[in-house]
Amino acid sequence: MTVKDWFEQRKELQIARRDQDLQIDDSIGKLWVKCYNCNAQLLRKEVEENLEVCPKCGYHFRINARTRIQQLFDEGSFEEMFSNITTADPLEFTDTESYKKRIAQAKAKTNMNEAVVAGVGKIEGNLVSAAVMDFEFMGGSMGSVVGEKVTLAMEEALKRKIPMLAVTASGGARMQESILSLMQMAKTSCAVARLNEAGLLYITVLTEPTFGGVTASFATLGDIIIAEQDARIGFAGRRVIEQTIRQSLPADFQTANYLMKYGQIDMISSRADLKSTIAKLIELHKG
Amino acid sequence: MAILEFEKPLYEIEEKIKELKEISESSGMDVSKQIETFEKQALEYKKELYANLTPAQRLQIARHADRPTFLDYIKLMTTDFIELHGDRVGTDDRAIIGGIAKIDRQSVVIIGTQKGKNTKENLIYNFGMPQPQGYRKALRLFYHANKFNLPIVTLIDTPGAYPGMKAEETAQGTAIAENLREMAKLNVPIIAVITGEGCSGGALGLAVADRVYMLEHSYYTVISPEGCASILWRDASKADAAAEALKITSEDLLKLEIIDGIVKEPLGGAHCDYEMIGNELKNTILSAINELKDINPNKLRDDRYNKFRRMGVFCQ
Repeated sequence: MTVKDWFEQRKELQIARRDQDLQIDDSIGKLWVKCYNCNAQLLRKEVEENLEVCPKCGYHFRINARTRIQQLFDEGSFEEMFSNITTADPLEFTDTESYKKRIAQAKAKTNMNEAVVAGVGKIEGNLVSAAVMDFEFMGGSMGSVVGEKVTLAMEEALKRKIPMLAVTASGGARMQESILSLMQMAKTSCAVARLNEAGLLYITVLTEPTFGGVTASFATLGDIIIAEQDARIGFAGRRVIEQTIRQSLPADFQTANYLMKYGQIDMISSRADLKSTIAKLIELHKG
Repeated sequence: MAILEFEKPLYEIEEKIKELKEISESSGMDVSKQIETFEKQALEYKKELYANLTPAQRLQIARHADRPTFLDYIKLMTTDFIELHGDRVGTDDRAIIGGIAKIDRQSVVIIGTQKGKNTKENLIYNFGMPQPQGYRKALRLFYHANKFNLPIVTLIDTPGAYPGMKAEETAQGTAIAENLREMAKLNVPIIAVITGEGCSGGALGLAVADRVYMLEHSYYTVISPEGCASILWRDASKADAAAEALKITSEDLLKLEIIDGIVKEPLGGAHCDYEMIGNELKNTILSAINELKDINPNKLRDDRYNKFRRMGVFCQ
């Protein structure tokens, strides 16, 4: 082995080790996790038992759709619907990688078939139709499948005359479906119009993060809009705004508290209170 | 008039013909036959050039500085336009202009995004990028049309809703979302036309319509090709590839059944012949109004719902 080779090998080993380090830090399911907010080393199990909220500082970690459903719905009451609807690639879109490949990767990573779970279930005994988004699946982006399943969930609420709940977590529209994803904003909002005309209660819960096309459609159309604690919510992304106005933005910009201050949401709820708050709201609207 | 990069060879040919004409006039030499041949060739070349533009080149026509604006179309195709200002709660956003006017003998409420043709105008109109207050002004004009049973016409040419601090503080997302929802409830015919840039939610916020048309060289997309390139390719210089991949041209959108028709532009683009594009647009709008105006409001709303309900492609 030449000296040069030895250095090469050493470099590769270092790189491999670096990847391993990252995996340990990142992966959920390992024994210890670190809070991004307060840097505390936490026992994975404790965090889980605390609804994925940091027991030290109260920071709310992002959770996926399955966990959310487990936390919100009465045990065993949630029936998933419309899971037969899956992603197509109508534009045969390819950027640095093909859309088909990105979808396959997202499926493998999340064990989900798209960025939303729809179905009906009970919240403290109240039957609701629900669409719960999953940020882990391609950033919760809204393409044809998300738009269709959200709309179907709303139509299910109409059919059964029950309240509708949407829990959002999304970076915005799915660019790989271009105009078709833009039209999902129109489709879901038109379905909200029907909920309104039928006098059905529609509650939205905006969670970390909710942006772009989802903010500019069904997310902000709730009769009641709840932001989960620590969520960031907005239309345009922070970086885009900073580049446009060429000045830095306040630290709390687009946080739940910020939106509350500007009158855009009805309330902020901690994860622990979310279920009972929704149940109470449904009860109160029964008159 | 601004010459686009790909138009330069054509411009050079046209200049040569002009030169030749001047020479022939000053020298008294008769070269009219040759000039005629050159002109014919130039026209052929021009037709071929514009028939084979890439999406990125057409983007340049859609964004052309001399492209007719909303206020140009008001002059070209309406009479008695009276502007109705303001959202009634504090602001008159200049990026969205609306009012009441006649197209032939039909009164309409007409609303559109307004761009400037120079820096001074663009500062007034914010480059055609509305604030939430602009969408709210549009919404109150939608309600006005609904109350007086007047058809609504919207003309859209915007690089997007404005991404600013104030816009976020006054709920840009909510303003757009509410327009989408409320347009679904209106009892009057709505006709939307993308006249230039139809970018993202900022365009859609005026486009939940019974009929949606695009001018031939306009584009309609979920994100600007530049924005898409910088996110997906991590390289803004890949905008041409993004423009191709996003399928943003009028023909693409007609094929995808997102729009109902294409308004043909004069050769070289709408800016080359204001009269012609004004007439084409007026005829398109009038025939759409005639098709829609006698439809019962319940059916009109149902049809509008079903139109957007069908959009989206997935496996089942």
